[in-house]
Amino acid sequence: MLTVPVETQILFAGILFFLGLIGLLVRRNMIFMLMSIEIMFNSAGLVFIIAGTHWKQPDGQVMFIFILAVTAVEVSIALALILQVYHHFKTLDSDAVNNLKDQN
Amino acid sequence: MNVFFYIAAVVAIISTVMAISGRNAIHSLLYLILSLLAISVIFYVLSAPFIAALEVIIYAGAIMVLFIFVTMMLNIGLEREAEKKWLKPRMWIIPSILAAVLLLNLIFAVKNVQTIVPDKEAILPKQVGISLFSTYLMGVEIAAILLMAGVIGAYHLGRQKKKVKHRFLETN
Repeated sequence: MLTVPVETQILFAGILFFLGLIGLLVRRNMIFMLMSIEIMFNSAGLVFIIAGTHWKQPDGQVMFIFILAVTAVEVSIALALILQVYHHFKTLDSDAVNNLKDQN
Repeated sequence: MNVFFYIAAVVAIISTVMAISGRNAIHSLLYLILSLLAISVIFYVLSAPFIAALEVIIYAGAIMVLFIFVTMMLNIGLEREAEKKWLKPRMWIIPSILAAVLLLNLIFAVKNVQTIVPDKEAILPKQVGISLFSTYLMGVEIAAILLMAGVIGAYHLGRQKKKVKHRFLETN
């Protein structure tokens, strides 16, 4: 039986979430940004599992399955968009895709 | 059980840091897969064995394969001398060590399978399924609609526009 305090588990999930957030803010390569979003999704799911284990209810695992479905859809759409961007701009730099921005 | 949690947590954090700080997209993706495997160990320790299996099969198996497939399609960072560079120990020694730690975890758990008592309070897949298809039935329906929209959207976005150009009018 796991006796790690639940605060430590939540702290671990928080560390993972902030690693993903830092990656999203720092990297400009679209593949890396998508990977950071994946890390954040995953740590959010980890919090659901921790809570579900803490209260001994299956609801946390159900929520993780929903997160899994959302993630699969999000990744497939985002990768299709990345392919289109690469075909148009020949780069994966997200700063290159700023035609809608005010140029002043 | 606690030591499994801490070891897997350390492996997950190190490999995540390596994943977001790498230069080469493929190397970062492999680190990310390692991080997902470590998190799967944590799910198992947290008495959610069904979710641990799903994490390996769907996340590390399906979603990461999509990533790797697209990255290889785009041919990012591929150089002529790439293979020579990849075979240097510096490139594979850290992921190998981290993966070996997870493997030792597994071996230790399998060897002590008699002494580690089965978790009485584990939430089994049966409970999850009953909850999923009774309380959260509407959520399942909505997830199905979302997946359908995802399929159509990915097909629409991924389609290449057919170029209709007369060869004499082509100007580059």
